[in-house]
Amino acid sequence: MNLFASAIDWILDPANYVGLNAIPLRIGQHLVFSLVTLVFASAIAIPLGYLIGHTGRGRGLAVTTSGGLRAIPTLGLLTLVALWVGIGVVAPYVALTVLAIPPILAGAYTGFEAIDRRTIDAARAVGMSELQIVRKVELPLGLPLLIGGLRSATLQVIATATLAAYVADLGLGRYLFSGLKTRDYAEMLGGSILVILLALALEGIFALIQRFVVPRGVSGRLGTAPKLRTGGPAAAR
Amino acid sequence: MTWVLANLGLIWARTLDHVVLSLPPIVICFVIAVPLGWFARRYRVSRGIILTGAGLLYAVPSLPLIFVLPAVIGTSLLSPVNVIIALTLYGIALMVRVVTDGLDSVDADVRQSASAMGYSTWSRFWQVELPLSGPVLLAGMRVVAVSTVSLVTVGAVIGVQSLGSLFTDGFQRGIQAEIVAGLVATVALALVFDGALVLAGRLLMPWTRRVAPPKPSVPLEVSAA
Repeated sequence: MNLFASAIDWILDPANYVGLNAIPLRIGQHLVFSLVTLVFASAIAIPLGYLIGHTGRGRGLAVTTSGGLRAIPTLGLLTLVALWVGIGVVAPYVALTVLAIPPILAGAYTGFEAIDRRTIDAARAVGMSELQIVRKVELPLGLPLLIGGLRSATLQVIATATLAAYVADLGLGRYLFSGLKTRDYAEMLGGSILVILLALALEGIFALIQRFVVPRGVSGRLGTAPKLRTGGPAAAR
Repeated sequence: MTWVLANLGLIWARTLDHVVLSLPPIVICFVIAVPLGWFARRYRVSRGIILTGAGLLYAVPSLPLIFVLPAVIGTSLLSPVNVIIALTLYGIALMVRVVTDGLDSVDADVRQSASAMGYSTWSRFWQVELPLSGPVLLAGMRVVAVSTVSLVTVGAVIGVQSLGSLFTDGFQRGIQAEIVAGLVATVALALVFDGALVLAGRLLMPWTRRVAPPKPSVPLEVSAA
């Protein structure tokens, strides 16, 4: 247990709160990097996912691509892109954006697909235009699954951002690799604990968001709630 | 391509390392997740605790987990055992949810009919509920197998050898072909595992061959097999 005690000491050591390797700075880097990656990935994946979900076209291709991307090891993609563009922050941004796309894409189109066809037919029958159907029916009803996809993507990006420190001076992963180099287990363990806490905190936040975005008519007493497979890796399939 | 041809022996050796690291987690997680998933379904309290725990465990990033495990179980940092245990934990975290979903997908009427025919809880589980949730479990195991094969490579950054070593080595020495070879070999291995699972599913569940390919969220057809 004294291993953990030394890791806690490392986390609380004032020396780790100053300079370019300060813990708050590393946490900030980790979060900003993850956020930017997620914004990039969302900008590509959400419109595409909505298009697939609304028209029902290209679904097979999307399923195959996201399934195939899951099999690609993150580390391989990171190192390969790093060799192409050189050591630095560009490689992690590219690699992680690519990795974050499949779960968000899946969340976007499964969100639309999970909607009862009769609901959409009803919306069309009362005279809504296609754009109105997307905006007023499909978007709110599909939101919980989209947030589920964003949740999986976030977890993956936070985890992979740690690995990205292997090819760039970036985020909390630096502590793991510099500790590994100097055989400083307190630093490695302390850094690992910080990453794990960060991931769990984000997971908790997303769990809350996911609960709040369920439209009242669905979550309420109407009793016709579609079965939503929210969260978890299964939803990203 | 010349690099690949000159280093076929190395690629093969790392592939074997990779199999040794990825096979145990895939098998062990299934063996542990089935009883755990059953228990999760059995009581309301256990369901909440086990499924929440599995969700949180799955949220823990892999590399930090590999670093933390030695402090918890007393292995050395560079031991391959850490990688195997970490991946087993992820497999369990994923499969517990799948097993619970799978058992949920068995029609309550079927369960009651089995009881009415005189099945005990024990034999009903093995002969009715487990086979009927088979397609869902298979879909889950395919995800576990593919992600395990992919995650094994992470161990390479701390020195646990696998196909991931081709990434770290290729990166440090600037050999693109080595990284590409590693990527191709990892994806190929994942496909082999996936194919083996599909084949096992066909052999173990011959009744699924006649109906449409199963999807986890769709209620199962109870065919007359």
